[in-house]
This record gives sequence, structure tokens and C-alpha cells, in this order.
Amino acid sequence: MTTLAASGAIPRSLETSVAGELVDRRIVFSYLVASLFYLGLAILAGFLFSLQFLQRYPFEGIELFSPGRWRMVHTNGVAYGFIANAFLGALHWAVPRMTLRPVLHRGLSWFIFWAWQVIVVSTAGGLLLGQAQALEWGETPTWIDPLALVGLILVAINFLVPIARTQGPLYVALWYFIAAFIWTILVYAMGNFLPQYFVGGAAAGAIGGLFIHDLVGLFVTPLGWGLMYYFVPIILRKPVWSHGLSLVGFWGLAFFYPLTGIHHFLYSPIPLFLQHGAVVTTIAIELVVTTVIINFFMTIVGRGDALRTSMPIRWFYTGMVFYFTTCLQCAFQTTLTFQKIIHFTDWVVGHAHLVMFGVFGFWLLGSMVYLIPRVLNAAWYSPVLNSWHFWLTALGTLIMFFDLLVAGLVQGFMWRDLAHWDDSLVASMPFWLVRTFSGIMIMVGQFLFFYNVYMTWRWRPPVSTEAPPTPVMPQQPAIA
Amino acid sequence: MFESKSGIFFVAGLGFFGLSFLVMAVLPWTIYAGEKELDLNELAVRGITHEFVDLAERYPEQFKKHFGEVSYESFSEALRIGHRAYVAEACWHCHSQFVRPVSNEDLRWGPVSHALEYQNVLQRPVLFGTRRVGPDLIREAARRSNDWHVAHFWKPTSVAPASVMPSYRWFFDAEGYPNKKGMAIITYIQWLGSWLEEYPYFHGEGPDVAAPAPKEGAS
Repeated sequence: MTTLAASGAIPRSLETSVAGELVDRRIVFSYLVASLFYLGLAILAGFLFSLQFLQRYPFEGIELFSPGRWRMVHTNGVAYGFIANAFLGALHWAVPRMTLRPVLHRGLSWFIFWAWQVIVVSTAGGLLLGQAQALEWGETPTWIDPLALVGLILVAINFLVPIARTQGPLYVALWYFIAAFIWTILVYAMGNFLPQYFVGGAAAGAIGGLFIHDLVGLFVTPLGWGLMYYFVPIILRKPVWSHGLSLVGFWGLAFFYPLTGIHHFLYSPIPLFLQHGAVVTTIAIELVVTTVIINFFMTIVGRGDALRTSMPIRWFYTGMVFYFTTCLQCAFQTTLTFQKIIHFTDWVVGHAHLVMFGVFGFWLLGSMVYLIPRVLNAAWYSPVLNSWHFWLTALGTLIMFFDLLVAGLVQGFMWRDLAHWDDSLVASMPFWLVRTFSGIMIMVGQFLFFYNVYMTWRWRPPVSTEAPPTPVMPQQPAIA
Repeated sequence: MFESKSGIFFVAGLGFFGLSFLVMAVLPWTIYAGEKELDLNELAVRGITHEFVDLAERYPEQFKKHFGEVSYESFSEALRIGHRAYVAEACWHCHSQFVRPVSNEDLRWGPVSHALEYQNVLQRPVLFGTRRVGPDLIREAARRSNDWHVAHFWKPTSVAPASVMPSYRWFFDAEGYPNKKGMAIITYIQWLGSWLEEYPYFHGEGPDVAAPAPKEGAS
């Protein structure tokens, strides 16, 4: 277990005292609030877009409310507004605690915070004004791309420096974080610049597929699992079951995940041998995922009561069940046999919702349920509302997933059987209606949560401006 | 290596990403590197579509105002603006642009897509698409008339009752004629697939057209 640390190279004086407060709780809370704001916006955008599928769009013919543009606000709002902000908030909590060092520079943290909000708002504005880039999950107008990349590099520096200064064995969570920081930069640069400026045609399709998948696999997934490796042992107060499986999970993901991108364009003009390769690695990833899932479920053995008593654990483990579901689904849907029918259909839309919201959204919401009382130093205003939030969201997500899964099969088989296109739309309409209602369930759940966060913030106890008290939550775990 | 910062940073972070980039990006890149990517002018010279000429005849005043005469320059200009609108409105999120060799797609849309069809600037970034709420468009050229497209952009359900496509009123001027953007996007869509030797390809749909029998063994 060697460490890079190069500890000799870092002057002792530069190392910040561990005694001071490690975590800037204001920035954690700011990120979480920003994240929830974009979550609300993205869900409203998705709801609005879903009405178009019912031929009931309320703002028909108004350019700024073009449903296609709001669809991009929905996905980009989720990826860069909700998920990125929530990760940054959670990282500002977790990284200083695991490294016993604050982030490189607090001023830099605040600069990144505001810069990132400007980037996300400009992205949404640019999309609505018709400046989109034809890159799925990367529709950010081209003039914002370099700014976002600089932001990501600053984020990496701010966190990697304290991580580099730690000595001794690393927490598993930090493996994931280190890799995620460097991957996110590389993925963003590759996906946003190469297909736009350097490569055209089918080869650019391969890179676009790589980008779509790497954004999930190398940005969201490692940060998500990193948080799980941090939060779950802390809340359950026991170590992760098997260190060996943690190693298998991390290195398996690191090796196989980047190699799967082309599976988004099977049967496309991209060379078939590359498509075959992507299918094989995608199935391999499922085996790796299984080891990680086993590791976490063996960890909770003996502490199953936490699923009832700990709201964050409930979110996390529900997300893990969904994770296993999507990955299992993926191992099948990536095969050329399944692709014939399900490609281009709502099956994939259901899959995407279960991954991005059912897994990572759940983990981040669970993290918020854990973090918000701690950063505000206040108990939740209403645990009952938190429970409603969970059940509405979980049921809504499940209904949406199964609804779109079946819709996809209906569409795929009707298309293969050469049904009139309009008939496939008529057949899809009931599924789209159910989808809208499941979305409303999710939306109501989130708004209950927003209200709960607001009331918790409003009734928080006053904080003395002198020395901020160390968090003294009843169930506050020992420092990680 | 497996638990060290340098191992994770250099091997997993940079190394494995680099490996995937070599295999999944650089390799296809080099495969097509020898194929010339056509620019707008070369695309226009390959053939002005009848539908572009038809727009000029149908809306002479408006066409003159927006594009002047029918020429290679005005045609490539219309393709460029049309493509821009196609991307900005995220048409490509609901309409794919490739025909697969499976699922009877060649019967419905026409010939299976070939990689070289995508070696041009209007496929940068490539518009394969990942979802078909509406039909695939890579074989759309001349499949329907300009009039159909005008009515469809104004109110899709007027020509396709079950359509869930939004109406694009801002593709029209105050008098209800297609404006520059409207003419451009119709030109762009009527161009998709026009480079094939034979087109259009009609799919057997509608009450008076018998659907072709599914191929044996196709599924």
C-alpha cells in the first residue's frame, strides 16, 4: 500500500491543521439547495415534455416553450444541475473528512460554486434560445463547453490536492473519487470537442456513444459508488464486508466501463467488430456489478433494521436494488438479439430513468437526507414528509420504469411487424399517459421534500458566529 | 498499485481511459480517416433537389427574399440553416438518421445505411439519434411533398392525426408562408437520402397500400 503522497515534497507548513473545522457547512448546504432547485426545474421540464406525448401541450406554438428544447433542459438540468451540484455538495462533506484536510482553498470552492451555477443557467438559457449542440447529454452550447471544462479542472484540483496529501492507506471511496475527477475531465473534453471539431461521420458516432456512456459510467457512477463506500459503513457503523471485493469492483469498473460506449449504436454504420467488442464488455460489467452488490448486501446483513430506521440507508439500498436491475437489464438489452426490437423505443428511456434517477438520484437524495440536518445542525422538520418523499418517489420511479419497458416492447414489435407508424403511436398513448402520472407522483414527492428542507432550514437553531459548534447530532458518527 | 494514489490516477484514471479511447475512438477514426468529409459546397454540387426548386416555384416572393435564385450557393445555404434548425430544435432526439439491417427496417425505410453516407459536415456531430418517437428521416427525401411538410410543421395532426410532434409556428412568417428557417428545414429534410441512386422509398402503409410480407426469418 504505497502512497503517492510524496509526503517529503510537501512542506509541513503547507499542511493545514486538522484541528480546525474541516468542513465548510455553508458550501455543502448551498450546493444541495442549488441541486434541489435544478431537480425541481428538470422535473417540471420533463413533466411539460411528457404532455406533448399526450397531444396536450399547454404552450403550443411558442418558440421559447418548444418541447424539444425543454427536453434538453430536462436531461441537462438533471446531469449538470441536479447531479453535479449534489455530488459537489456531498464531496465537500466527505473528502475533508476522509483526508482530514479541508479542500485546497475555500475561496476556490465558492468561486467554483458560482461559476458552476452560471454555467448551468447559461446552458439552460442557450438551449431554450436554440443554441444546442447535437451531442446527446452534451447539448451544452459550444461556447460554454470550454468554460465547463475549466470548472471541472478546478474541481479536480480543489479535491485532489488534499487527497494527495494524505498518508497511509486510502479509503475505498477515495479510489473512486480520484479516478472520477480525472475521468470526468477527459470524458468531457473528448465528447464535447472531438465530434464537433475534429472527427466526422460514423467515427464521431463511436465517440458520441463513448461520451454518452462515459458520462454515466466514469463521472456519475464512480462518484456515486464512492459516496456509498463512504456513507454506508458510517451509518451502519461497520466496515464494508470484503476488501477484496471492493478491489474487484473498482478495478473491474475502471477497466470495462470505458470500453462499452459503442453499445449505444448497435447495427449502426460503425464497424461491426467494434460493436461486438462493446457487447462483450457490457456483459462483463454486469459480472463486476454483481460483486459490488454482493459486497454491499453482505455488509448490511445483521443490520437489516437500518432499512426501517435509517432513511438514508433505505434510499441507498433501494438505489442499489435498482442499480442491479438496470445493470442486469443492460446485459440483456445490449445483445444484438434484444437490440433488434428494443433499440429506438421507450424501453431505453425507461432504462435511462431508472439509472439516472432510480439509482444516482436516490443515492443523492439519501445523501441529502443524511447531510441536511447535519449541515444545519437541526433535526428534520418532519420525518413523516421524508417518508412520503421516499415512497412517492420509489413507486413513481418503478411504475415509470415498468410502463416504459412494456411500451418499448410494444413499439419494437409493432415496428418490426410493419404496422403503420401512426398505429404504433396510438398503441403507445396509454403508456405515455401512465408515464405522465408516474412523473406526477415523483414530482409531488420532490415538492414535499423541498418543503421539508425549507421548514428545516427555517426552524434551524441559531448558530453563534464565533466558533461554529461541532455537529452534535444524536446519531453523529465518529469522524470517518 | 491497486490501492495507491498513483496506481489509481495513472493506471485506472489515465491508462484505462486511454486504452478505451484507442480502441473505441481512434480505431474507427483511422478506419474512415482516408474518406473525404464533404463540405457544404461539395454536397450542393452533388445535386440540387427537385424539392428545393419546387419551393422556389411555390413561394416565389418569399424564396427570392430569403435565398435569391436557385443556385449551388443558395442550396448549400438552405442546407446549412436547415441543419442548424434541426439541431437547435432537437429534432434528432425523436427522429433517428440510420436504417438498421434488422427488424424489417429496409422494407420500411429503404436501403440500410452505409458509413460513407455520414462523411460530410452536416453529420458533425453525427445525427444517428437514439430514439424514434417519429419516423427515421435518413430516407425521407421526396417521400412526401413540400405541401405536406408545410402543413405538418404548422400543425402535425392535420396530416398525421396520431402525431405527437410539436407544431413549429416560428417556421412561418406573419402571412403564414414558411419563412427562411421553415424553407431551409424543409430543404434539409427533403435532401436526406437524395444522394442515393434511387429514391424515394415509400413504406407500405396506409389503407390502400398492401404491406410487404415480412422477410422469412426476420425478427
